[in-house]
Amino acid sequence: MKARFVLRASTPWWRGPLLVGAAALLTILISAIMIRWAGGAPIPAVRYMFISPLQSRFGFTESLLSATPLVFTGAAVAIAFRAGYWNIGAEGQLLAGTIGATWVGLHAESLPRFVGVPLILLAGALFGALWALTPALLRTRLGIDEVVTTLLLNPVALLIITGLLNGPWRNSESGFPDSDVIADSTKLWIIWPNTRVHFGLALGVVVIGLCWWFVGKMSGGLKLRAVGLAPNAARIAGLPVERTLLTTALVSGGIAGLGGASEIAGVAHQLTTGISNNFGYTGVIVATLAALSFIGALLVALMFGVITVGSFSASRALEIPSQIGQLVQAVLLITVVSALVIQKYRVVWTTKRSEGRK
Amino acid sequence: MIDVTEEIISSSLRIATPLALAALGELVTEKSGVLNLGVEGIMYGSAFVGIATAAQTGSLTAGLIAALLSGALAGLIFAFTTVTLGVNQHVAGLGLTLLMISLCNTANRIMFTADGGQVRVDPWQPLNFGGPIFSQYWLTYATFLLAVPFVWWLLWKSGLGLKIRAVGENPEAADVAGIGVAKTRYTAIIIGSLFMALAGAFITLAFVGTFTVNIINGRGWVALALVIFGRWTIGRLLAGAALFSLVNAGQLQLRLLPSFADVPFEILLALPFLAVIVGLAISGRNVPYPGAYLKPYKRL
Repeated sequence: MKARFVLRASTPWWRGPLLVGAAALLTILISAIMIRWAGGAPIPAVRYMFISPLQSRFGFTESLLSATPLVFTGAAVAIAFRAGYWNIGAEGQLLAGTIGATWVGLHAESLPRFVGVPLILLAGALFGALWALTPALLRTRLGIDEVVTTLLLNPVALLIITGLLNGPWRNSESGFPDSDVIADSTKLWIIWPNTRVHFGLALGVVVIGLCWWFVGKMSGGLKLRAVGLAPNAARIAGLPVERTLLTTALVSGGIAGLGGASEIAGVAHQLTTGISNNFGYTGVIVATLAALSFIGALLVALMFGVITVGSFSASRALEIPSQIGQLVQAVLLITVVSALVIQKYRVVWTTKRSEGRK
Repeated sequence: MIDVTEEIISSSLRIATPLALAALGELVTEKSGVLNLGVEGIMYGSAFVGIATAAQTGSLTAGLIAALLSGALAGLIFAFTTVTLGVNQHVAGLGLTLLMISLCNTANRIMFTADGGQVRVDPWQPLNFGGPIFSQYWLTYATFLLAVPFVWWLLWKSGLGLKIRAVGENPEAADVAGIGVAKTRYTAIIIGSLFMALAGAFITLAFVGTFTVNIINGRGWVALALVIFGRWTIGRLLAGAALFSLVNAGQLQLRLLPSFADVPFEILLALPFLAVIVGLAISGRNVPYPGAYLKPYKRL
């Protein structure tokens, strides 16, 4: 007997949600197995991971905080992928943004805050865009695959940070490889009193809104989508394909870099080698699960914020590894993406006899 | 001076071993029309599974076999999602990489580092046939003396290789000619994954003898670049691996020089990555991608 996937003539409306639900259940089942292996009780752990962050004010606001960088990287990846530019370098671009932001933060002692804050954010965006420039130029001028070059620059950005922290930016008080604390004038405002939720989240929501408005409603956005859907047709229609790709790549890098600045100026207040908890790569998951919709990316980022906080509280309460949070996100990506494809097909079992009869 | 040169060549061969193995695996995969961005994750997985098994059983051979099995399993997952389901290959590959990395980090935490420890084994020792250049791990000899000619024979001389190239260039025509497209792509992906797994196992079982987070550190992405740099030919792919490894071995030597004492070594560590990008910029133009690159095949 052999299984064959045959395209459905029509897909009933309930199959998509049903299969995505099944994918989520499968993900929870796989995490439960890992939790069991780690010696924890799966049912309380699953409750800690997915539900308890939403039951307290502290858990909820910490989830918003964890979601903040993912809002930026999710938007950065989504806008690039919409144009058919496979930017998998959001990780490096976010890290470059943290470098630019820290540089401003360390040299902005005497500025007033309404100058310091725009400056640190601008520096982050600029460094992120600069980090995206080389792969974008190589792609648009020489036709070199951006997947490989953006990927290769991710470890380079981390190495530069490590080099800076072991060299010129080593902490002047403790001597540890983390930078001094940035100037007060460049720290972002707390927008929810008595929590750590900062202006970066509001900025991220604005970025999402702008992306949605530009890509969905503006003629430039229409060009971007046309280039992404059918580059050859767009070229024949006279659209500036290369220029659109270059601009999109720089905007994407800038958004990721802005996310880096938001982390430095909003919550970390200093550069460390662990400043990015895989935010750039997770952004690819966020954008993909959102089917490249910006509003969807915002929602998935918030959900991932909950999972991140949940996995840390589960880890503290039940002594299971907090790395399980990232595992859940990766499994969710593969199962949901598979489910979305499966919903379009039905399985036909063929035996030797039915094959011959055809 | 001679000593330094010999030292650089010797460590280049060592550095090139996992890159060449992973790039050969990616080459076989891409020749069938499939891009496997899971290469970094498959290496990460086999590096961990290899050393974890070796530490539990006390046998490096058992570790190597387990590493190969983990590679085949990961390849099977990737083949199912991309070939059977036709999921976007960028997403499926990157998803596999993130899955393997988070899975191994979790398992590493549970098995070894929960109480502050670290997994360690006595790694393979180099076999010395005289001089630093001919003092290499057995897997290094095997890579350049066996794996390279094997992949050349497999892709360009064997019947299976003809099928792989056919489904990679024009799956419709291959299907009409009676070649099972899905079966051939599954085979190519799994053979490729086995080579990637060898590369990962080499790093923990020979190179370092321990496992730390982020141990592959972009080597998989370099392998990916080498395939494009090599324009899907073995000779140029090896030339690319040699370039990366020479720059890498060179920066290891530079670090020892007093005049470079002030340069943070991380900056030197970044040089090989930049060298690969420069290499791509020079020779990655108008490269002949396999005809069916990135395109899933469905009979309608």
